[in-house]
Amino acid sequence: MSATPETAPASPGAGGGALLEVDGLRVGFATEDGRVQAVDGVDFRLEPGEVLAIVGESGSGKSVTAQTLIGLTRSPNSHIEGSVRLRGEELTALSESQLQKVRGTQIAMIFQDPMTSMNPVYTVGSQVIEAIRAHDTSAGKKEARARAVELLESVGIPDADRRVDAYPHEFSGGMRQRAMIAMGLALEPSVLIADEPTTALDVTIQAQILDLIQELNRSRGLATILITHDLGVVAEVADRVLVMYGGKVVERGTLDDIFYDPQHPYTWGLLGSLTRLDQPRPHRLPQISGAPPSLLHLPTGCAFRPRCPHEFGKCTEVPGLEARLPDDPNHRDRCWLTPEQKRKRREVEGRIGLEEPR
Amino acid sequence: MLRFLIRRILGAIAVLFAISILVFLIFNVVPATNPAPRIAGKNATPHLIKEVEKQWGLDKPLPEQYWTQMKLIFTGKVKSYQSSINVDQRILEGIPATASLCIGAAIIWLSFGFLFGYLSAVRAGGWLDRGLTVLALIGVSMPVFWLASILLYYFTYKIELFPPSGYEPLSNPGKWFSHLILPWISLAILFAGFYSRVLRSSMLDVMNEDYVRTARAKGLSQRRVMVKHVLRNSLIPVITLFGLDFGVLIGGGAIVTESLFNIEGVGLFTAEALKQQDFPSIMAVTLFGAFFIVLFNIFVDIAYAYLDPRIRLGTSAA
Amino acid sequence: MSPDSEIPGAGGVAPRAIPPNGGPGGTVTGDPELVAEIAGDEGGDGQRGGPWAIAWRRLRRNKFALFALGVFLLIVICCLLAPVWAEHVAHTGPNQTHPLEKLHEGNEVKEVVEPSGKAIGPQFFAAGGKFFLGADGHLGRDEMVRLLYGGRSSLFIGVVAAIITTVLAVVFALLSGYYGGWTDTVISRIMDVIWAFPVVLLSLALGIVLAVGGLEIGPIHVKGNSLWIPTLIIGFVYTPYMARPLRGEILGLREKEFIEAAVAQGAGSARIMFLEILPNLMSTIIVFFTLNIANNMLLEAVLSYLGAGVQPPSSSWGTMISEGFEALYNEPLLTIIPGTAILLTVLSVNVFGDGLRDALDPKSKVRFEARAGTADTEAVGPV
Repeated sequence: MSATPETAPASPGAGGGALLEVDGLRVGFATEDGRVQAVDGVDFRLEPGEVLAIVGESGSGKSVTAQTLIGLTRSPNSHIEGSVRLRGEELTALSESQLQKVRGTQIAMIFQDPMTSMNPVYTVGSQVIEAIRAHDTSAGKKEARARAVELLESVGIPDADRRVDAYPHEFSGGMRQRAMIAMGLALEPSVLIADEPTTALDVTIQAQILDLIQELNRSRGLATILITHDLGVVAEVADRVLVMYGGKVVERGTLDDIFYDPQHPYTWGLLGSLTRLDQPRPHRLPQISGAPPSLLHLPTGCAFRPRCPHEFGKCTEVPGLEARLPDDPNHRDRCWLTPEQKRKRREVEGRIGLEEPR
Repeated sequence: MLRFLIRRILGAIAVLFAISILVFLIFNVVPATNPAPRIAGKNATPHLIKEVEKQWGLDKPLPEQYWTQMKLIFTGKVKSYQSSINVDQRILEGIPATASLCIGAAIIWLSFGFLFGYLSAVRAGGWLDRGLTVLALIGVSMPVFWLASILLYYFTYKIELFPPSGYEPLSNPGKWFSHLILPWISLAILFAGFYSRVLRSSMLDVMNEDYVRTARAKGLSQRRVMVKHVLRNSLIPVITLFGLDFGVLIGGGAIVTESLFNIEGVGLFTAEALKQQDFPSIMAVTLFGAFFIVLFNIFVDIAYAYLDPRIRLGTSAA
Repeated sequence: MSPDSEIPGAGGVAPRAIPPNGGPGGTVTGDPELVAEIAGDEGGDGQRGGPWAIAWRRLRRNKFALFALGVFLLIVICCLLAPVWAEHVAHTGPNQTHPLEKLHEGNEVKEVVEPSGKAIGPQFFAAGGKFFLGADGHLGRDEMVRLLYGGRSSLFIGVVAAIITTVLAVVFALLSGYYGGWTDTVISRIMDVIWAFPVVLLSLALGIVLAVGGLEIGPIHVKGNSLWIPTLIIGFVYTPYMARPLRGEILGLREKEFIEAAVAQGAGSARIMFLEILPNLMSTIIVFFTLNIANNMLLEAVLSYLGAGVQPPSSSWGTMISEGFEALYNEPLLTIIPGTAILLTVLSVNVFGDGLRDALDPKSKVRFEARAGTADTEAVGPV
């Protein structure tokens, strides 16, 4: 298997029928202190009914990637390159008003903190109705309201007929997130982008929301992009995983690839910080030392180099996102170590985490 | 709601009481001289001064003096000794002129404040924003009475576009209007500048809110996002300001504008009373003004609860 | 930045500092999380230096604000040099009258005050700097000299009153915000009462009473016509407008972990107030102080105009407008000149204060420099 250029489609075998195709996406912002390359060459495909997880710490560019898909990062200060195609239609070429027709109807997005993501001065119902009537101008007020109630019911809000007139602050966190999802689903989009949908919630509520997303994904064939920093969330629902660091994808593969045969030391770090019941408990959870880099001053070469205990001479060059395992062309990573070296460090020396457990 | 109102009204009465004491102290205690000659006015006869001392109870201890004076004011029996007019009567007569001035000016400053603030926020960082910012800063940096003087000089004297000054009752709408144009403008300019700045920064704050991003993600049009989500939520600080400012003005706060344009309202009366140190008038007019400030404070709280459903009147009252 | 009702005053019933994020040049932030993410929140090497260094760098980039500071300093220096101008250029004092004097300009002889009572207009350097801006009516005083001396009064009141307001407000806010309880209740209620009192009315009332009788505080006697009377009054009436927001900020700070940590370490109240809390209030205090100078100068003008401010023989820009207004239709320049001086000074302070607020505002950690012009494209406002 020869090294494929980065811009090649994610799964060469799948042919041209992907629902959403992202190629060479780069997003830069002009800031007071210079230009920041928040996203630096991301590409992936999303098939109908699939759940794709994008994982990374804050500053990895995962949220910017997600928001750029529906043009929310467009501003005089931002610079967007690359291509985002929805059923073959190039979204980056659309005008703002054309994009408005895509938002909500074809791609819906829900956000991290349901408390701040709903306008506190309008009732939950009216915000759902607003989403419906923004696109379906034929819908009358009554009809839209009936649909709002139906939607709230469908996401598991009890007593929806009455709750539709409540204000967001009268909802609990989990209920608000359900309402947010209802709002997103109002026009039956084919893609749902969930940006850290469970981060602000209690652990028990988290599981409920993930169940809801998974159920919607199965019952409606709703393709979902799940943005998170939490591999535990990923393990529950994702089909495929993209690991991002410093604006770049550092590893990509199926859920099993990432969990059972992780190739990038950063992924090892993320996995190390996850408690696993199927393995003997380490004395102390390994962790990734240091902090994510400032995008204003990215290190040269591999962005993970300063935090990586396996760094060697070659790391001053940026590694490409390549398939390095002979039998799996779709599992790719950005690390100069050979699979053999990785396996050795990971399994023989047990250095899965970046800091050895003591 | 009822409990809220009762509590606020009791609070208002307490504040008015405190203010009356403050005014009383300023005029009776701070200057270490006998207040009677000042109350009686500049050309008072010894006989009049004696009479003043007796009527105002100035030979009695301070609390009793205070009580006597309040009784006079609230029974509408306060008389200015210099002009021997009934003070309460005179204040009531001034209300139409003051209200005409303030309401008209408020309409102007709100319209321009909103328009400029909105445009400035929507185009933040652009040239339009910079231009409006400079205009607004000039607006808030001018002494009002100076601007009014210049307007008077130019528009009534140089090009004789508007009648000189004075107030015409509303019974003659044309004259009423033409006499008020300049006062309206000069009173409104400062506020327009200030409100546009407040609205702009309030809108820029709201634009960074998550729910605005949600609204955009729903596919709402830019205009709808700006008006229904950004502007609506940015109104709260502006409405607060407006309630308080308007309360001050309607209660006779437009002292300078009214005296410059010779509008016979509460403000002009205040200015005259102050110049002549006509104590009965100042006392009455101050309480009148404070009453409106306190009243509009209550209005603001009610508006607040209406604009932001998270606020419950019962709890915000404290 | 407080236009209050008619001027810094009558209206002021709310905290008048415009909330952060204003500022010329426009702060165009993206959404907060995005920004945090871009800045790499914890990856501190993007912003070298402490908060003050960052603020300074940001301020330095705001040419508009620095220009305004330059203008203000220039005005201050000119006014400080008033005696120099008076002695060596104009050869007269601010209150010296020249009703019968004649000026020799080359072969021309001009009367300072014509028999009709009309005063001479601006001569600039035609008479060697005498009557640079003309004379002020039938008394024939040198307008330029009066302007410079008047500016000294106006600036003195503006700055000193701002210092008084700041000291009082900080002390009250610290006591009330830190101790809470009945200390807070008492101070807050007093502030409420002053708050409900129209600023112009309160200062007018105080101004008139004190101008007549002077002020006696224990052994200190301040004469009725002293500049300190309007200064003290203005410093006093604006105190609640600064103390209230500061108190609010202290209440917020008191909940912070570093204060708890200081308490846990056994630090005394004074130590916590002055070494832990005060430094965190500095940026707010600096911004308020600056904008307060502008307000004070406007209020001084109103008071002087209504006869309750600066008293003769002193003069200020406010009294000069007031005097000029008497002769508005014959000699409009006498109104225009001092008013323009106030406008320029207050405007420069306001613009600089605005820039300061932008620079010190921690909310705009990463700000996107809008490329001017492109903001007008059809897309997106600068969200």
